[in-house]
Amino acid sequence: MPQFANIAVSILFDGLAYAMFLFITSVGLSVTMGLMGFVNLAHGAFAMAGGYIVVTLTRSYGVGFVPSLVIAAVVVGAVSVVFERFLYRRLYKSTDLEQVLLTIGLAFMAIATATYLYGPIPKSVPLPDWLQGDVNLGFRYFPSYRAFLIVLGTVLISVLWYAFERTNIGAKIRAAVDNRGMAESVGINVDRLFTLTFAVGSGLAALGGGLAIQLLGLSPSFAVLYLVLFLIVVAVGGLGSLKGTLLAALVLGIFDTGGKYLLADAGGFFVYAVTVVVLLIKPAGFYGRE
Amino acid sequence: MAASETPGATARERAADYLAKRHRFRLAEALPWLIAIAVFFIFPTRMTFGSQVLVMVMFALSLDLILGYAGIVTLGHAAFFGVGAYTVGLAAARLEWTEPISGLFAAAIAAGLVGFVTGWFLLRYRGLTLLMLTLATAILLQETGNLRSDISGGYDGLPGLTFKPLLGIFDYDLYGHTYYLYVLAVLAVVFYLVRRIVYSPFGQALTGIRENVRRMHAIGSPVHRRLVTVYTIAAAIAGVAGALFTQTNAYVTLTVFDFDNSAKVMVMLILGGTGRLYGAFVGAAVYMVLEDYFSKLSPTFWQFGIGLMLVLAVLFAPRGILGVFERFGNYLSERKRS
Amino acid sequence: MRIARWLGTAAIVFAVGGVAQAETIKIGVVLPFSGANADLGHQVDKAFDLYVKLHAKDIEPHKVEIVKRDEGPPTGAQAKTVATELITNDKVQILTGFVFSPSAIALAPVVTQAKVPMIIANAGTAWITNLSPYIARLSFSMWHHAYPMGAYAFSKIGCKTAALAYTDFPPGKDSTEAFKTGFEKAGGKITESIPMGSPVQVPDFTPFFQRIKDAKPDCMYVFIPSGAHATGVTKAYGELGMRKAGVKLIGPMDLIPDNKLQDMGDAAIGTVVMGNYAVDLDNADNKAFNKAWHEAYGKDSYPDFMSAAGWDTMHAIFDSIKKLNGKVDDGAKVIDVMKGWTGDGPRGQVSIDAATRDIVQDEHAMEVIRKPDGKLGVKVLGTIKAVKDECKELKVGRCGS
Repeated sequence: MPQFANIAVSILFDGLAYAMFLFITSVGLSVTMGLMGFVNLAHGAFAMAGGYIVVTLTRSYGVGFVPSLVIAAVVVGAVSVVFERFLYRRLYKSTDLEQVLLTIGLAFMAIATATYLYGPIPKSVPLPDWLQGDVNLGFRYFPSYRAFLIVLGTVLISVLWYAFERTNIGAKIRAAVDNRGMAESVGINVDRLFTLTFAVGSGLAALGGGLAIQLLGLSPSFAVLYLVLFLIVVAVGGLGSLKGTLLAALVLGIFDTGGKYLLADAGGFFVYAVTVVVLLIKPAGFYGRE
Repeated sequence: MAASETPGATARERAADYLAKRHRFRLAEALPWLIAIAVFFIFPTRMTFGSQVLVMVMFALSLDLILGYAGIVTLGHAAFFGVGAYTVGLAAARLEWTEPISGLFAAAIAAGLVGFVTGWFLLRYRGLTLLMLTLATAILLQETGNLRSDISGGYDGLPGLTFKPLLGIFDYDLYGHTYYLYVLAVLAVVFYLVRRIVYSPFGQALTGIRENVRRMHAIGSPVHRRLVTVYTIAAAIAGVAGALFTQTNAYVTLTVFDFDNSAKVMVMLILGGTGRLYGAFVGAAVYMVLEDYFSKLSPTFWQFGIGLMLVLAVLFAPRGILGVFERFGNYLSERKRS
Repeated sequence: MRIARWLGTAAIVFAVGGVAQAETIKIGVVLPFSGANADLGHQVDKAFDLYVKLHAKDIEPHKVEIVKRDEGPPTGAQAKTVATELITNDKVQILTGFVFSPSAIALAPVVTQAKVPMIIANAGTAWITNLSPYIARLSFSMWHHAYPMGAYAFSKIGCKTAALAYTDFPPGKDSTEAFKTGFEKAGGKITESIPMGSPVQVPDFTPFFQRIKDAKPDCMYVFIPSGAHATGVTKAYGELGMRKAGVKLIGPMDLIPDNKLQDMGDAAIGTVVMGNYAVDLDNADNKAFNKAWHEAYGKDSYPDFMSAAGWDTMHAIFDSIKKLNGKVDDGAKVIDVMKGWTGDGPRGQVSIDAATRDIVQDEHAMEVIRKPDGKLGVKVLGTIKAVKDECKELKVGRCGS
């Protein structure tokens, strides 16, 4: 294969895998912020919790990696409802600033708790054999784990797309994001919708956290370390938009990978430069409401 | 309430009277300053920490001007702190400009300039978009510094900065006494300026923009110009805080531009209470003293304490710590009346 | 009566070995206990605690009192504030710890002014020791591993060409600069040099490595901060099948910290690093150190090179206390005693260069192998004796001043 095509394939493949991680972890944040305007800076803490549950299950209980991911997502999703009911709910009517304070406080507590339970040393996770090594796609080899990320991401996107665009609940969520007051006045229970999306979003974050162990490692500070990245995906995609979050994840994932490959000297510039350019042109993100 | 009861007073007079009253210096306002001076005498061995608290108070105060009074929510305020910090740092390291007070002016001008330029472009945006754009500004500045680490010193910073004695007389001492008083004096000057701005018609216009930007547009207020103006002023003050940070530490690294720095100052301000001038004092002091206390108690798990304090503050002290006092004050005065 | 009491006192004094007065020496420990790099502080802290626990009797009748403070993020500012207050408020007589170079750099003028010795247990920027006569370092400079690795990689590992990849902050730049100097002197050729983002967030290493893989150098010299980054490097290297493609992974020992080695899997096997310590180093002190460590912290906890340096740091401090008979108020005397200090520890014999106050130690080229017991470990390929900080010997940049 010619060098140029080889590079392009590498960038697309790695970028796509990275984009899937970004999408899975950020989509919940986008929908909850779009639906309730709730700024949840503890989103990363839910992702971290997911990661640690996967570590505990695989290391201490010998559960497989994939089942652990599922369990982590379900457990964190369920626990997040408790937080939503008892803490978040009280602040729906409050200002963004108070929401920031509450959720950053929760993130700090999560970091300290994780340090207490797991220590500060980064954890890794044992992968099944089929996720190690590489897979032959006929014309070249690709790392299996990244291929797995892409497949899993595609499946999740399809499911979410169906739920969002083709089901009754999805229609209600979209209506509530567009105009909450109107949605409520036609009898949609936005509070309950929010609880649901919050749980699903946190569960997906936990899934993302579990998937990230292999990519980025897992330590207690994970709760805040990548928060800016998730917020960027949400802002560039547009609040509350599934399509937008996906597009943003793809653009940022592929640009970041391409930038690292082709223009490594530009360092961390690339992601932020892309963010600034997109937001200057489209202030509400790709698919946000102006 | 006297003016409202005066028969025949026009609405305009009543408003003027109200504003004049708000502007008047209240006795309680002396309290933070008395505490700051008392701390100097009670904790003479803790002045290095004390100076850092005062620097953060000034930084939070500059944020209050835009966040609390003009309603501009930003996550990139560290950009200006950093520009100020590097202005005096580079001036001392590369140009041998080591006079501290003129350094503050240079920092204010440099940071103000950056504030003006970025504000002019960015203040058209709002909400999450503005958050991300301001955040990206700070990080892009940091990355620029890292690309040119031959000048900035990168993350190893500019070591061994020395500054001339203050006013040619008072030199840096190990206990940080000189610098504590120096920072306190600069803070007092800056505070006086901010207070004047807040209670001026310009300040009232800012509050108007915060409360209802459409109406301000409708009555012909030059909204964008006013926002850029206050943003520039706040940037300059943040720059002075940054300059003091460099001077008190005799050192600066690129971490001054960190997202953490922007986020922390915002948390401090919200904790103290926004739009209240003294919220910056209470928030920065409470946050930093507790952080110091908790991290001595447990160097590893202190974040739990800080986090819990923030959660409790939101649940039981919405609108900040000062908000609690305010409600308590209102409660007392209502009881007196009834 | 009075005479009797006097005799009694004298008897007690002689009974405790002729020491007139038992001193309590206050030592300030500044390490990152929180934040993204808390794991690094943790490794040093455990070694400090272990040494103090096992060797408290060595300095009897004197005692040490340890005051720990959080070094915080690598800004320099917080470390400077807490360390200054350790001096002014807590009246510590010796400062130690310091994982981050900015902390040590920020504090240098303070310890000069306060005349308090600052014994560095990690921070690796080469020129730190030049900043104050009160600084001594027991860990390493970036040049200790990287510079000899240059010649070794060329002549022994068979790297004729090498790509450099490093985390974009001063230790990364120092390490690659040192490697490059040694490598080019030996006749090697650097094909490219790739900065890989900030030390705080672990980046996705794949695109950087893919680029190097496509360029096909013989070797890839990687510097990353020892921590979460290390596992990421090995994983990306393994996933991309780079060893099969003929690109060898080499670097300083930060690539394979002992406490993460077991997580790295087969991908790590064959990696060659230059370093001053590994759990598998074969010497009596190291065996005892590991045994004590596991007894204190459990079988799944491993010391690493930071812990080894921490151990030796406390060893040097204790020896100074012993030698000065507990009188450590004069910082200059403490530093004088440290100059030329020689001790045996987990790293073998190490000493402090009297001229530079920096460590002199053996450097080992080590290859990661699968040991007979199924665990990952290292095999020492070769040892370079008594390596000094070449940055200062060659007077490179700031090191010359």
